[in-house]
Amino acid sequence: MTDRWKLLRSILIVAAAVALIALPFVAAMLGSTYAITLATRLLIYAMVATGLNLILGYGGLVSFGHAAYFGLGGYTVAILAFHLGEGTSILGFPGTNEALVAWPLAMVVSGLAALVFGALSLRTSGVYFIMITLAFAQMTYYVFVALKYYGGDDGLSLARRNTLGGARIVDAQTFYFVCLALLALVIGVVQRMTVSRFGMVLSGARADERRMMAIGYSPYRYRLTAFVIAGMTAGLGGALWANLARFVSPDMMAWTKSGDFLAMAILGGLTSIAGPVIGAAAFILIESTLSGLTEYWQVIFGPIVVAVALFAPRGLWGMLAGKQER
Amino acid sequence: MSALVLDHVVKRFGALRAADDVSLAIEDKELHAIIGPNGAGKTTLIGLVTGELVPNGGRISMQGQDITDWTVPRRAQAGLARSFQITRLCEGFSAEDNVALAVQAKLGHSFRFLRNARKEPALREPARAALQRVDLLDRADRLVGELSHGEKRQLELAIALASEPRLLLLDEPMAGMGQEESQRMVALLAGLKGKITIVLIEHDMDAVFSLADRISVLVAGRVIKTGPAEAVRSDAAVRSAYLGGEA
Repeated sequence: MTDRWKLLRSILIVAAAVALIALPFVAAMLGSTYAITLATRLLIYAMVATGLNLILGYGGLVSFGHAAYFGLGGYTVAILAFHLGEGTSILGFPGTNEALVAWPLAMVVSGLAALVFGALSLRTSGVYFIMITLAFAQMTYYVFVALKYYGGDDGLSLARRNTLGGARIVDAQTFYFVCLALLALVIGVVQRMTVSRFGMVLSGARADERRMMAIGYSPYRYRLTAFVIAGMTAGLGGALWANLARFVSPDMMAWTKSGDFLAMAILGGLTSIAGPVIGAAAFILIESTLSGLTEYWQVIFGPIVVAVALFAPRGLWGMLAGKQER
Repeated sequence: MSALVLDHVVKRFGALRAADDVSLAIEDKELHAIIGPNGAGKTTLIGLVTGELVPNGGRISMQGQDITDWTVPRRAQAGLARSFQITRLCEGFSAEDNVALAVQAKLGHSFRFLRNARKEPALREPARAALQRVDLLDRADRLVGELSHGEKRQLELAIALASEPRLLLLDEPMAGMGQEESQRMVALLAGLKGKITIVLIEHDMDAVFSLADRISVLVAGRVIKTGPAEAVRSDAAVRSAYLGGEA
């Protein structure tokens, strides 16, 4: 990697960080809460895509059911709030509106689902893996459609946003910064993971599974761990989403949502840390611009994704980085 | 105790007996070459020893331990290292990364998430030492894709050595090499001889006869002869079945 590229990359990263920190203030000056909401969506999508990229980009595993973990995280938050409102208990525990309880729990629920689904899906590979992850997500989707107690098809509204350690995070700006801090944390942890011993094994198994087995690795355990970590990240994203929208529905788990996450990761560029963030930003921008023009915005979005996949196989970040980044 | 024992091992693919009642004992620290015409079952034999293929009958043991039912990674962990006939390396990784992965495999589980593995001396130093042994240290930072064919074969050997194996299985290490590269590989292997048990599968007869302590001849899934190089060279059955006019 050349020094010039390193410098350019540092400048880009600092510029992006400054822009993300300044954004809500600028938006507030312009009196635009819509911009803050849009930017918060970006942060949450970027978080989910970052987790997905760990298994997709580094692990080489095309999970077509990532929305399931996103949705489960959201529902965990919503169901806990629902029981608090009703004054009832769930599995013997009272409901809660406290983020410090609900969000970690959302990660645990999503992580457990990823553990079970992953343990079974990872027995297969290639197209079968894609289909099985999709099947599990669809199963989860229909379970929540059928759960009339929690709103079924209509979903579940949250009366108010969670409190964070007792403090209110209702204000759009405050919530934005909570999401930004968590995204920074997720990116930091995932970045370190990718170059750790664990990450080397995960990437090595993508590059050549037979070689890795011949030197003594069982890729399955490492892939499953990555799958669970990605699921937990999506769970946290879902918990934040439920708070942003104050509403969850089975649509959070729809296969189109899984496709969106895949598109973000691929659009930005796999096997890079910045890729998913750029992909999420591109997705939000394209979606919000095009959906203003036509209801059928995906008709335009689809070919864009295809074009990126064809002409910039390492995504938008890869285009920026040129040949420099490994 | 023998380093590796194959006891009446059978592998069938449909009607084909690719390994037909193969019994072999590889002694500790010997360099044992296995030769045979194309289709004799050499690749099948490698698969059976590494664990990629499951035998239909017979037992395989390493250092007196029955490993017939062990998985590929478990055998590797127990000290079996191999090179591939067609190089298998992690593309997109540097030469040093590839070797460091083999070092890492020996250091217990890899569920370590936060430390930069590329900056761990415990991984990088043994990796560099292994690259040094095969004369590839000056290419350590090169990506696999930038290496020449001969260098990739050297890298395969470095990976195998980095795991400090008890038994080294080399599947045609000279395949596709020019004369100069082959000579370098022969010199490398000569330097290893007597230090590690080596099973060498190779077509290059000059290399085999100059390196091997003993040679086994495989024809149509059967071992028709095992013995010192000279005895094999002069064996009538071997000459007619395999060496033919070329010897």
